[in-house]
Amino acid sequence: MKGLRIIVLAKQVPDTRNVGKDAMKANGTVNRAALPAIFNPEDLKALEQALIIMDRIPGSTITIITMGPVRAANIIREALYRGADSGILITDKRFAGSDTLATSYALALAVRKTGKYDLVMCGRQAIDGDTAQVGPQVAEKLDIPQITYVEEIGEIKEKKITVRRRLENGVETLEAPYPLLLTVHGSAPECRSRNAKLLMKYKHACTHTELLHEVEDYISLHDIHPYLDITEWNVDDLKADVEWLGLSGSPTKVQRVESIVFTVKESTTVNGDEEGINQLMKELIEHHNIG
Amino acid sequence: MPNYFNDNEDLKFYLHHPDIQHIIELKERSFSEKDNYEYAPQNHEDALDSYEQVLDIVGSICHDTIAPNAESVDREGPHLDHNEVTYAKGTAENYEKLVQAGLIGMTLPRKYGGLNFPITPYIISGEMISRADAGFANIWGLQDCAETIHEFASEELKDKYLPMFNDGATAAMDLTEPDAGSDLQSVALRAYYNADKDQWYLNGVKRFITNGDADISLILARSEEGTEDARGLSLFLYDRREHAVTIRRIENKLGIKGSPTCELVFNDAPAYLIGNRKMGLIKYVMSLMNSARLGVGGQAIGIAEAAYREAAKYAHERAQFGKPIIQFPAVYEMLTNMRVRIAAERSLMYETARMVDLYKAYLEIGEERTLEKEERQEMKTNQRYADVFTPLLKLTASEICNLIAYDALQIHGGAGFMKDFPIERIYRDARITSIYEGTSQLQVLAAIKGVTTGMYLNRIREYEEREINPELEHLKKKLMKMTETYEEAVKIVHDKDDSEYLDFHARRLVEMAGNIIMGHLLILDAQVEKRFKYLAELFIKIGDAANDEKVNYIKDSEIRDLGTYRQVITDYTE
Repeated sequence: MKGLRIIVLAKQVPDTRNVGKDAMKANGTVNRAALPAIFNPEDLKALEQALIIMDRIPGSTITIITMGPVRAANIIREALYRGADSGILITDKRFAGSDTLATSYALALAVRKTGKYDLVMCGRQAIDGDTAQVGPQVAEKLDIPQITYVEEIGEIKEKKITVRRRLENGVETLEAPYPLLLTVHGSAPECRSRNAKLLMKYKHACTHTELLHEVEDYISLHDIHPYLDITEWNVDDLKADVEWLGLSGSPTKVQRVESIVFTVKESTTVNGDEEGINQLMKELIEHHNIG
Repeated sequence: MPNYFNDNEDLKFYLHHPDIQHIIELKERSFSEKDNYEYAPQNHEDALDSYEQVLDIVGSICHDTIAPNAESVDREGPHLDHNEVTYAKGTAENYEKLVQAGLIGMTLPRKYGGLNFPITPYIISGEMISRADAGFANIWGLQDCAETIHEFASEELKDKYLPMFNDGATAAMDLTEPDAGSDLQSVALRAYYNADKDQWYLNGVKRFITNGDADISLILARSEEGTEDARGLSLFLYDRREHAVTIRRIENKLGIKGSPTCELVFNDAPAYLIGNRKMGLIKYVMSLMNSARLGVGGQAIGIAEAAYREAAKYAHERAQFGKPIIQFPAVYEMLTNMRVRIAAERSLMYETARMVDLYKAYLEIGEERTLEKEERQEMKTNQRYADVFTPLLKLTASEICNLIAYDALQIHGGAGFMKDFPIERIYRDARITSIYEGTSQLQVLAAIKGVTTGMYLNRIREYEEREINPELEHLKKKLMKMTETYEEAVKIVHDKDDSEYLDFHARRLVEMAGNIIMGHLLILDAQVEKRFKYLAELFIKIGDAANDEKVNYIKDSEIRDLGTYRQVITDYTE
């Protein structure tokens, strides 16, 4: 069969797994400067699933799309080092403050602009927001079917694909036709390592904006090797309606952010029987905490 | 993200050593491959940046995969089923990761699918992998065999076998036999040539073969009937797909349990001759062994680094008498000495690696064009130095590694003796480093040439010539005094004109030279980065005291004492 055209949606996130003492500002918001920016872990797993498909179906291509500031191009390079073919960075000040609805609007426009595609893949959720909304919303906006919580790719056919999805109490195997969106669950295998040769091949890959800061030698490299260009799209390229973007396009309003400090040291064991659960409910209602 | 490359500033320091620039120029032939290979560097900075980023990949795999697998690999070990060796699950996963990352065949030229890296970043990788799991480092480090094939085999063999490495082929070097260990001249495995088939065949037994079931094996065999010495030995390549070797068993070892050590029987196994007949041991294996010894040096330092970190962590956490034990002089002295000795050995190792890099780069260039007179001179000088620095490194690094593992376990107290902490595995893994690829006693035999030919002294004089900051001057003076004492000791032994007496004191003399050399190297490092000053100061203190002890012993030693030594054990054994 002929190769599949795969688009992987990825997000650059602050590394909330390695939180140091400066992770939060005094006002309770995330101190992004103190946290390293990383490839969202589940998006990286989505990339691995895409690479697995590419290994199995020669001729498949992977385009990675991310939305964010200029430095988000780092995760596009990370994807190229692992085997993706090309990348697109959606960047524009007018996207700032976008919630999941506005983000999925922009991403859907970008996916559509790439032309024909068979699969759109992304992680189930990002570690900085944990909403799990962007993937499904993109599918809705593209008006294509979606399968969430995928952990393994099964049979790949000319017109459809079988996947296994992880549910709370078991697994479910589903088949769906292309074009299709898959969100990949954390139980899927870790992504492969960066490859040394790909790294050396793509390390000078950059966006148009980044290229302005490069030295002459490397700028001319882009003329010889067009694959080093990371596409950059802004609001106008996407022909997006600014009303649907940024704060104006985001119905989600953050009312207050609290920094919760756990003070209780001792633990309580609750029996799993009726009585135990009743006691637990009572305590939660009265004290809003356990123990 | 934590990673074994970026959590160790020494590695970056040696990668960026000023002499690396010259090595890169040679290795990259003035960056001529950039038009043919997409991954070839554009210039010096680009090459160095590539090394650094690729080493970051190695560091990540060490931290995320190899180190977490080490315990289960040690417990599970490899299996032998139906004449096939299966790695422990973790070992297979480690190797798969490295293959996927394109890290096998790091030093091979690009036309064979390699990365064309110098030895220095390759040794840095080996050090990190050994820190993560010393047993696994063997399986990875056997890509040294590719270097030997590249250096000595025919174009046809190179074209056929070298590209397999980057695709993940494993390798083995089959030297040892039941009756040929340190004494490789007595290798008996027979190779005969069948003229009709134009094919060599191998028959016989090999023992203690690391990774014996590898895809590609290099075998030392007796090709010349009726000979008994090194001149009758040739080197062969055996392809596992021939299925003509029986694996008798996998040894049950004290340490490096993840690395399968096999006993092999060759049953009329078809093989290819590498290079010329009769040069097997004299030239090819000597070269292969030198690479492997440099590799074991890196392994020893990696293990020592792991031991030191475990000990430091434990000493911070463990409290006795109301305070963390690291605050007691008896403990912090041990820890500081570990750190100091690792620094000294590491500096010696990368100095040696640079020597090997220089001469090997010229060797490669020499195949493409005639070398200029100065180039030939530089190649020869570096090769000669490498020949005496490699055994010095292997000797001292492996011995120090054992000492450090011992002290690191000691710091853990009773807990260290239990299977609950990684230190017991590290302690067991350390033990092999002073045995294989030539025991310490055999390294001394090779290294003593550095003493008798004056090569060590030459190098020491070169170091003395280098300019250093005034605040390091007192250390240099101390080393110059140590050098006087060393010369005195050499003279005493030389004047006795007795080969057994020389053998008896050989290790003392070699180690004395080693202490002075490492002292100088640390001063030169301190010249570039201030943090090395304390390390140099403390190392020279230890080295000075150790050298005094040795010279005093030599001064007090007569030829007739050797008789007393022999007599004492004769009395006991009779």
